[in-house]
Amino acid sequence: MAASDGKELTMSRAMVDAIAHEMRESDDVFVMGEDIADYGGIFDSTQGLLDEFDRDRIMDVPISETAFLGAAVGAAQSGMRPIAELMFVDFFGVAMDQIYNQMAKNTYMSGGSVSVPMVLMTAVGGTYNDAAQHSQTLYGTFAHLPGMKVVVPSTAYDAKGLMHAAIRDDDPVVFMFHKRLMGIGWMPAPEGPKTAVPDEDYTVEFGEADVKREGDDVTVVTLGLHVHRAIEAAEDLADEVDVEVVDLRSLVPLDTETIVESVSKTGRLVVVDEDYRSFGVSGEIIARAAENGLSDLTAVERVTMPDTPIPYARPLEQEVNPGTDDIIEAVRSVNDE
Amino acid sequence: MLENMVTARHYEERLQEEYLEGKQPAFDISAGPIPGELHLAAGHEASGAGVCQHLRDDDTVTGPHRPHHVAIAKGVDLKRMTAEIFGRETGLCKGKGGHMHLFDPDVNFSASGIIAEGCPPAVGAALASKKRNEDSVAVAFLGEGAIDQGGFLESLNLASVHDLPVIFVVEDNDWAISMPKGRVTDVENGAQRADGFDMPGHRVDHDDATAVYEAAGEAVGRARDGNGPTLLEVQVHRRMGHFMGDAEAYRPDTDTERAQHLDSIDRLEADLRATGADEGTIEEIRSRAKERVEDAIEWAKEQPEPDPEEAYEDVFTNPPDGYAETLRGGE
Ligand SMILES: Cc1ncc(C[n+]2csc(CCOP(=O)(O)OP(=O)(O)O)c2C)c(N)n1
Repeated sequence: MAASDGKELTMSRAMVDAIAHEMRESDDVFVMGEDIADYGGIFDSTQGLLDEFDRDRIMDVPISETAFLGAAVGAAQSGMRPIAELMFVDFFGVAMDQIYNQMAKNTYMSGGSVSVPMVLMTAVGGTYNDAAQHSQTLYGTFAHLPGMKVVVPSTAYDAKGLMHAAIRDDDPVVFMFHKRLMGIGWMPAPEGPKTAVPDEDYTVEFGEADVKREGDDVTVVTLGLHVHRAIEAAEDLADEVDVEVVDLRSLVPLDTETIVESVSKTGRLVVVDEDYRSFGVSGEIIARAAENGLSDLTAVERVTMPDTPIPYARPLEQEVNPGTDDIIEAVRSVNDE
Repeated sequence: MLENMVTARHYEERLQEEYLEGKQPAFDISAGPIPGELHLAAGHEASGAGVCQHLRDDDTVTGPHRPHHVAIAKGVDLKRMTAEIFGRETGLCKGKGGHMHLFDPDVNFSASGIIAEGCPPAVGAALASKKRNEDSVAVAFLGEGAIDQGGFLESLNLASVHDLPVIFVVEDNDWAISMPKGRVTDVENGAQRADGFDMPGHRVDHDDATAVYEAAGEAVGRARDGNGPTLLEVQVHRRMGHFMGDAEAYRPDTDTERAQHLDSIDRLEADLRATGADEGTIEEIRSRAKERVEDAIEWAKEQPEPDPEEAYEDVFTNPPDGYAETLRGGE
């Protein structure tokens, strides 16, 4: 399936298309979450589903995350395929046990006799001044805890394919979408996430990073919103440095091969991550590159959120949220080494 | 009480105006002088004013995620609160918290954007008061949508088994974003939740500030006297969308009209008139409130924005040596 077939969709529309398709195929697929029915999801992730399906399958639930996320685990263990949404990744704390002790571990602890085929969908990211409890990305938190697959689309094409794959997967999948990419009216998206999307169903396999821009001098590895910022930086630098942009698309499993291949070609690595700097994605990518291609590496940098909670005021949030300029600076810096 | 309510109402109306500046014609949440989400509490004033009227500075309040009316009633510094909402350096939290996360230790006020999560800290403040043999109390404000949350129910239990001086105030505006109360709970009277924890539960209908004042007086008195917690549910009305920019397509027009029509401020003014207050006094209260709000907004807008370097301060009270550099991603 080529990424250029089909009509242009926003990322949210592409996700909804995949969900609706899977719901038509199987009565076991249903969605539950806060404000997902009449509202269609605060970030449009379930927009329009209530027009086609009834409230039993597009279920608004009380604000009781432990109960409803845990209920998704139970329904999945009973053979259904729930999609549970919690509108902001920042809210997961109140239900973390159901996520990292039940959803993630039951397969292992049962010696493989139990599976938990559910999708946990949530919005991540800042850029609009919503402060420390509504702006986190937390890729690393979920990828760090074993037992959950973790996917992060950056385009409508990837979002649809990853959603089909997530719903069909027999394991729990955490589907993290960046608010700024969804194409909602009140939060303008950058150029890029709106792409051509085939009408028919298709999957984007987990563990296959995508080279979103080819280049010979510097490898930028990133995901989500920052794929678009990295491409913008690469275009700005086009006369100066030839930048390759690798979009991870899934964190668990992680496509080490594509990263190492790119780094062995360019020898220079910049990792860009909207999550906190320490103990996260950026450290992991650099470790994998070093473990598998240390002799090829001449320079490494990471551009991340610092280890601070995310501040509210505009100049403060801009300071901590990695911007295109920060990426340009890092690329220049590794290129000069 | 009326003055607090009128101040809060005028404040919300003015914030709405300021918020929408720069976001028109196409609403862009990150544009304008006040970015981020803004949850206004117009229609909720009776609960904040009626309850906080009984509180002292040393009593603790944890606010709901639409916190302004409670903050005003608790005596939070209005100018610095406004500067915080505008993201200014002299704001209550130096521009780091924003409107959902207001902290004013001078009057023991704090708020959180995570639903029901203000309840456990309120229990903790009450615990501290009890351990120190003080007579201060704690009050946790939350919405009716939050009464299904574990953090709330666990707090009721802990407060009850330890007879802690804490009051849980549920503001029932019928809506949790797009979800009407009837679809998320089978009890019409949220104060019934108290029954399962052997504590008094009381509901006040019709936005009646005087009735809130009386019920809260009893609850606060009980707590101060060492007789344990109370759950109070207060009927309020959401006059606006859940947050600014919410088109409320899910909400029947009749419901919005009802909320506009049933107004705690009108009711209280009518009560005051009936008991002999003259128009001049009410008018005076109104103009004093307006002036205070205008002063705060004007002052806040003149305040400087924080220096970007400030982002790396305050992660710890006692930062390890050289830690700021590590935060920034340096050596
Ligand atoms: C733990 C958690 N879950 C979900 C949310 C998102 N959220 C914010 S406000 C809200 C509705 C709250 O309704 P209610 O408690 O009735 O208060 P109201 O908004 O009506 O004042 C929701 C679901 C959140 N902030 N925290």
